[in-house]
Amino acid sequence: MATTTSAAAQRQTGTDAIIQCVGVHKWYGEFHVLKDINLSVRKGERIVVCGPSGSGKSTLIRCINRLEEHQRGQIIVDGIELTNNLKNIELVRREVGMVFQHFNLFPHLTVLENCTLAPIWVRRQPKAEAEATAMKYLERVQIASQANKFPGQLSGGQQQRVAIARSLCMSPKIMLFDEPTSALDPEMVKEVLDVMIGLAETGMTMLCVTHEMGFAKSVADRVIFMDRGEIVEQNTPDEFFTNPRSERTRLFLSQILSH
Amino acid sequence: MTSESGGAGRGAHSGFTLSINDPTVRAVVFQVLIIGAVVLLGWWLVHNTLDNLARRSIATGFGFLEREASFGIGESMIDYHPRDSYGRAFLVGVLNTLKVSVIGIIVATVIGTLVGIARLSSNWLLAKLASLYVEVVRNVPPLLQLFVWYAVITESMPSVREAFNPLPGVFLSQRGIKIPVPESDPVWNWMIVALLVGVAAAIAMTRWARARQARTGQPFPVGLASLGLIFGMPLLTWLVGGAPTAMDVPRVQGFNFVGGATMSPEFFAILFGLSIYTAGFIAEVVRSGIVAVNWGQTEAARSLGLSSGNTLRLVVLPQALRVIVPPLTSQYLNLTKNSSLALAIGYPDLVSIANTTINQTGQSIEGVAMIMGTYLTISLGISLFMNWYNKRIALVER
Repeated sequence: MATTTSAAAQRQTGTDAIIQCVGVHKWYGEFHVLKDINLSVRKGERIVVCGPSGSGKSTLIRCINRLEEHQRGQIIVDGIELTNNLKNIELVRREVGMVFQHFNLFPHLTVLENCTLAPIWVRRQPKAEAEATAMKYLERVQIASQANKFPGQLSGGQQQRVAIARSLCMSPKIMLFDEPTSALDPEMVKEVLDVMIGLAETGMTMLCVTHEMGFAKSVADRVIFMDRGEIVEQNTPDEFFTNPRSERTRLFLSQILSH
Repeated sequence: MTSESGGAGRGAHSGFTLSINDPTVRAVVFQVLIIGAVVLLGWWLVHNTLDNLARRSIATGFGFLEREASFGIGESMIDYHPRDSYGRAFLVGVLNTLKVSVIGIIVATVIGTLVGIARLSSNWLLAKLASLYVEVVRNVPPLLQLFVWYAVITESMPSVREAFNPLPGVFLSQRGIKIPVPESDPVWNWMIVALLVGVAAAIAMTRWARARQARTGQPFPVGLASLGLIFGMPLLTWLVGGAPTAMDVPRVQGFNFVGGATMSPEFFAILFGLSIYTAGFIAEVVRSGIVAVNWGQTEAARSLGLSSGNTLRLVVLPQALRVIVPPLTSQYLNLTKNSSLALAIGYPDLVSIANTTINQTGQSIEGVAMIMGTYLTISLGISLFMNWYNKRIALVER
């Protein structure tokens, strides 16, 4: 069993893989949340992860910047293996941006300070330089006019765009999105998706857990379907939506696309 | 009166009717009734008191403060002699209360913060020990704890003749803790000046470091450098001043010590009793403040690459403080007010001295009024400061 899975992993592993998961397992106590995950992501690839709730998709991308620990297998990000080595974890996190479902902006700092905090304290940039970079990204997500407001004064969609800009200020090589539009009012979903589509066009490596199938169709290079802790199916969006191979995928798609 | 404006708006809309079902009318009626009751009660109390005082022919007023106190006070921060006035005796009590409160607040905050953070530690033993501390200290009445501390010192410590001598010049006995103090020398005064200069230099350096980081991005070890300046300056002054080492060492003479400085068993018991008691509550306040900050804040900070120390300092603590400060204020006020328990172990605090004064002069109303007025002043002072600080760190919402 172990040999076949690692062989499968070898097959997927391209030379330009920026994320490699090989035989990853994770348990929450007795609950087996990730089962033998093998995944390889090329530089510049845009991947959408979908699946029913509790299928382990958020846990998977949270393992990639070690917000969660995996108990078995290997995760290698940008050439660095994630282990208990704190220095390595911090090195990886610098290069991996993360956008959360509930934004997690720092409420005691202004929008601009939210964006400059990490560049100043982690990258040790001069304040003026960090602020210039921050304003550039805030302009890109079209929220530069709110730079001196506090997060509590912004709408959900605006907060999520600030959160994206905050991650981009660290010039990450990879961006992880953990259901970025799930906590938003319907009319604000589009403004966030537009920013993400714009980001995809710049060639950013993106891993996105989302239920926005329109986004998956238009942007993703590959769609990964997870159920009960396993990767059930992965394919191009065209194949995935028109010609799903497994019964579980078909059931899931019929449930979310029925209306 | 706040409901009145809303009610008036509605009343104007529907036309004015004098009904008990109208919220405006209700508000006015209830307020008039309550104010009436309070005034009546107040009048009855004052009238009754004046009547009783007149019947027993007790003179009222604060004239007694000028009279000779003619009782001794165990310890005092200012010169005091039984021949001094009651007013001066009262001042001694106020200063003693302030001494216990101020030092107690500092000690309780330090212990409480450490224990509160320890309770959240992932180290099982540390977390359990901190929990044990909090539960024991919170669930035993403070008066009993003071008795325990007092008994520990007076009962388990040796007599003066057999005083425990852990370090040269330091004596532990039933009479408290005796420590050597330096003999007076102008260099010591200069060292105090140097300490102040060091503090000022540390503040200036912090500003410089902040500006430099903004300019170049390079952080500066502000904490270590500040410590160096604050302790280094006096040390340098001491060396330059010829490094005087003459000490006033306590020694036994007859039945007691002479020389050195003393921490009395009473002061030790009240200070540590109150600090350790209040620290148990402060630990819970600190813990709840840190827990109240959403875990997502830590995750966001860590996923940006911030170290755990910087995450705590730049993200978690600034938000936790806003939850911590209001209940912390209550604990500071509690500690200050609980210092009146000093009466039970014979530490001459404000209440203890006022009590003696009342017993000797019979001026109980004035005495109690002065105690209340003093505690009110101290408490309002603490409240004002903490409210100002709370407002400074409050979050901006929409």
